[in-house]
Amino acid sequence: MSALVVEQLLNGLQFGIMLFLLAAGLTLVFGIMGVINLAHGSLFMVGAYAAALVAQASGSWWLGLLAGVAAAAATGMVIEFVVLRRLYARDHLDQVLATFGLILFFNQGITMLFGRQPLMVQLPQGFAGSIEIMPGVPYPTFRLLIIAVGLLVALGLYVLIQRTRIGMLVRAGATHREMVRALGVDIRLLYTVVFGLGALLAGLAGVMAGPVSNVQVGMGEQILILTFVVVVIGGIGSVRGALFGALLVGITQTLLSGFVPGWLRQVMPGSEADALGAALSSMGVYVLMAVVLLVKPKGLFPAHA
Amino acid sequence: MRNVLPLALLLAAAIALPWAAEAMGQPATIGLATRIMCLGIAAASLNLILGHGGMVSFGHAAYYGLGAYTVGILWEHFRLGEPLFGLIPGTNQLLITLPVSMLVAGVASALIGALSLRTTGVQFIMITLAFAQMVFFLFVGLKAYGGDDGLLIRRRNIVPGLDLRDQDQLYWLCLGFLVAWLFLQWRIVESRFGRVLEGIRQNERRMAAIGIATYRYKLAAFVIAGMGCGLAGALTANYLRFVSPDLMAWQKSGEIMVMVILGGVGTLLGPVVGAAALVGMEYVLGGITENWQFFLGPILLAVVLWAPGGIMGLLGRGARRG
Repeated sequence: MSALVVEQLLNGLQFGIMLFLLAAGLTLVFGIMGVINLAHGSLFMVGAYAAALVAQASGSWWLGLLAGVAAAAATGMVIEFVVLRRLYARDHLDQVLATFGLILFFNQGITMLFGRQPLMVQLPQGFAGSIEIMPGVPYPTFRLLIIAVGLLVALGLYVLIQRTRIGMLVRAGATHREMVRALGVDIRLLYTVVFGLGALLAGLAGVMAGPVSNVQVGMGEQILILTFVVVVIGGIGSVRGALFGALLVGITQTLLSGFVPGWLRQVMPGSEADALGAALSSMGVYVLMAVVLLVKPKGLFPAHA
Repeated sequence: MRNVLPLALLLAAAIALPWAAEAMGQPATIGLATRIMCLGIAAASLNLILGHGGMVSFGHAAYYGLGAYTVGILWEHFRLGEPLFGLIPGTNQLLITLPVSMLVAGVASALIGALSLRTTGVQFIMITLAFAQMVFFLFVGLKAYGGDDGLLIRRRNIVPGLDLRDQDQLYWLCLGFLVAWLFLQWRIVESRFGRVLEGIRQNERRMAAIGIATYRYKLAAFVIAGMGCGLAGALTANYLRFVSPDLMAWQKSGEIMVMVILGGVGTLLGPVVGAAALVGMEYVLGGITENWQFFLGPILLAVVLWAPGGIMGLLGRGARRG
């Protein structure tokens, strides 16, 4: 039993890290530019596809990693330059409609280019097996790699945001956007850099997700909604909040879907227990979010405190 | 409401549509138009809170789905002949199912609204989404009513004096409800209540400062909008003869919101025009190419960038006054 709990906790941690990679970019874009970017999930998908295709063609997962991250960052910068730049001054409604249009465009574009068939991605060499984390409990090394990469990114972001000049501007931008502008900072450049960084992280998440789940059209939207939950729970504009919220959501979701069906199966027939258990565990994170917002309407770590 | 004549002409054209469709050998248009009527009611109801009250609800499809499922569940119990919870008998009478659908959607929106309206801005968008997702997953897990696969309604509801199996009559019924709902909403917007709502949209703090309990007004509007969307859902269930959790997925909420923005936020006819435009584009582009969404996306983008105010704004008519 305890081995199962440890395994599920690690799975939750890994899922949470994945959510963090997406949420970090989204929360910065949200907090600094005030833009609701529904197309953030598309960048995740672009990263995953580019990585999968390059890995297939070259036979090297690591080349795929580079390609995925680069493709997502480039796509993000183009989106920022062509579309989002015109929407900063608009209200949230226009941003929702425009980025909804972008989702349709990207999903259908990918379908036209690569079809509906999901792509399979091989595990990278050296990370295909599993190691024993506890006596008798093997755990896939690739998932451990995801966790390690995510924690490194979190550390890197911490240093970037707390210790560098760009980070100072980012923090200032999240707190008092107008003031930063009034002090003569080239806010456009800052916006493009931040958006590119967010896209890069989304692409990284997509690359890492490839071998764990299928690479297919629509993969971005599935995870996008959960990412928004993370951002709102953590507090908009706060990277620390994004990390905390992502781990909370990831672990809650994984533990609920791991254990609730089992508990229900003790009181009702198997197939019904599985269906209801899946539904209840999917509802769990939304209940969590509603409770957090009702108690702390600005999220757990609001950047505008 | 200065333009009575164009509106009357529009209504006459809408009433005559089934005959015109038959005459032109395009009977499929009638089903399309019925869908537009249903979605038009849903979009118009969202417009009441979004356009007039400034409340961006990203979970409006929850009430759409609840309204539809009410019809489906009442039918299922009617078919099986066993009462719901051993108390409530099933029915296939439209005159019962529609009010019950609106009641269910109204109760749900009262509960969700009472909690959600404690937040504003992006948090409000997200919390309404969260509640809609809860409802969505609840119905995905309800195996008794089909779960993920949805629920088939073998026969449409019965109305004395009408035969809803005839697609023309179903269309006219939906058109009638749309017109009634738009009239009601027009009266609401023009009333004192509507003025307060408009004031809240422009500046809630000032409205509170002049002594208005804004929370109550917002909640009332939220519930009315929920009930309207429940009505739309109930009609949709009758049109499709099928309900599934897809009706309350977040994509549906997005789609309804897109209709409102595309047509024109805060205008009377805008949401219906938006519904017609979206359904129409889907049909026309879908007839030309399988990849119609590839072209719809940039079109939506173009509307946002170069036509703020949506189609109604482009037409330069019926735009928000004042």
